[in-house]
Amino acid sequence: MEIVLDNLDLVALAFTYTVLLFLIAGVLSMVFGTLLAAMRVGPVDVLNKATSVYVTLVRNTPLLIVLIFFRIAGPKVGLKFGFVEIEIGEIRITDLFTACVVALTVYTAAFVCEALRSGVNAVPLGQAEAARAIGLPFGGTMRNVVLPQAFRAAVPPLASVQIALLKNTTVCGIFGVSEAFFRMHSFTNSEPGERYGIFISFAVIFVFLVEIVSFFANQLERRWRIA
Amino acid sequence: MPANVLFDSPGPATIARHRIYTVLAVIGLIGVLAFVVWRLYANGQLEYELWEPFLTPAYIEALLVDGLLVTLEMAFSAVLLAVVFGLIFGVGKLSDHAWISWPCWAVVEFFRAVPVLLLMTLVFYSYGVNHGEGGAYWTVVLSLMVYNGAVLAEVFRAGIQAVPHGQAEAAYAVGMRKTQVMNIIMLPQAVKIMLPAIISQCVVALKDTSLGYVVAAPGLTAVGRLIYNQFENQVPTAIVLAGMYITVNLLLTLAATWAQKKFVGEKKPLEVSAVGHLDDGRAV
Repeated sequence: MEIVLDNLDLVALAFTYTVLLFLIAGVLSMVFGTLLAAMRVGPVDVLNKATSVYVTLVRNTPLLIVLIFFRIAGPKVGLKFGFVEIEIGEIRITDLFTACVVALTVYTAAFVCEALRSGVNAVPLGQAEAARAIGLPFGGTMRNVVLPQAFRAAVPPLASVQIALLKNTTVCGIFGVSEAFFRMHSFTNSEPGERYGIFISFAVIFVFLVEIVSFFANQLERRWRIA
Repeated sequence: MPANVLFDSPGPATIARHRIYTVLAVIGLIGVLAFVVWRLYANGQLEYELWEPFLTPAYIEALLVDGLLVTLEMAFSAVLLAVVFGLIFGVGKLSDHAWISWPCWAVVEFFRAVPVLLLMTLVFYSYGVNHGEGGAYWTVVLSLMVYNGAVLAEVFRAGIQAVPHGQAEAAYAVGMRKTQVMNIIMLPQAVKIMLPAIISQCVVALKDTSLGYVVAAPGLTAVGRLIYNQFENQVPTAIVLAGMYITVNLLLTLAATWAQKKFVGEKKPLEVSAVGHLDDGRAV
């Protein structure tokens, strides 16, 4: 425990990286995943199949292997992110960080796509048929009937995916981003005697972060619930 | 009749338009694929020497026996132990006594929210370091047992609650005691509902065995690491490793779908959220 209390600045910096990874990859994976979902449920058969293949491949690959692709294999084919070099105070966003964000995004987007698709599938066919029957055009059917219901149904699985992403950011610690897991590992390495205190303090912060995300998801779900 | 909630059946003009989109999409996809292959080729990643290890019997054997087999062993021991762990805590959560249900709830919620890597580090420094070769192996199995056990505890709870109430009421009515109701009536029916979810959890466990990388545990990823460190063929190794994981996971998914059809039927598969109190979602 002492080593954690003596190095609170390092702990804070580590969790800043964790939260940054989570936020950036979270937003990007939502954007990319929505694009994928649009292709997945869209009318063009080829794109359906292509996204389905992408989702199957990525979902069944361990995140570690995806990270190996971008961090270790990527540079061999010229996939480097050397152009990213941002420094804000103590926080340095480098090519390593970017590669990890890209890997997390690629991995999480597949799950986002599936969550959104399950939302669309949750809307009963009769809803769309009724909307068409009263003469709503395509845009109206989507905007007023199908998408609002689909999005509500997708909130809980999306929250699950984002919580998983928060926990998955720890894997980036293996590949040189000095986030929470990296810090916890190096503390444990230098003070093995204090391993329980170190584990508990980092774990409790993680539980806290997870609870924040799940609180917001619950709020959204409650606010958008239809009677 | 439209088969899709999003779109009406297309008319002739729409079909023509979709045909144009299809052509454009095919061109785009071929372009992306060609770009990837060209990048691989231009950087010499398609050279025979880099792929040679994967055509050499000794390395294939290492990948399959020291890699895949060990990984499968770790994943299945972890899931078997996790089933026991999950059963104890899942049933414990449903207990009528607060002094049993509350600690069970706390343990399950805690370990579902904590990243596996943190757990692995703790187990490794508490146990793995002093146990030589097998230390890292059991570190992975034990940490995955706790994490997947916590997830499965939720599955068990949801599965038991999915058994119709009348079953328990009827059992009480014929004079069974609480333990009997749980053991003879609820659990046997719940297991059928839970089987697909348990098999799906094997996929999660199998993927997570790769995290043993951090404690230098054996398995597929470890063998891959040895190969690419020796031959400097990172790209081919990553492709082969991913291919192997994907194949095994797809087979497991097939088994889960089969179990779903055979034991549960048309009803919605059992789903529990990764953490928190959301009522839908799937552990990733």
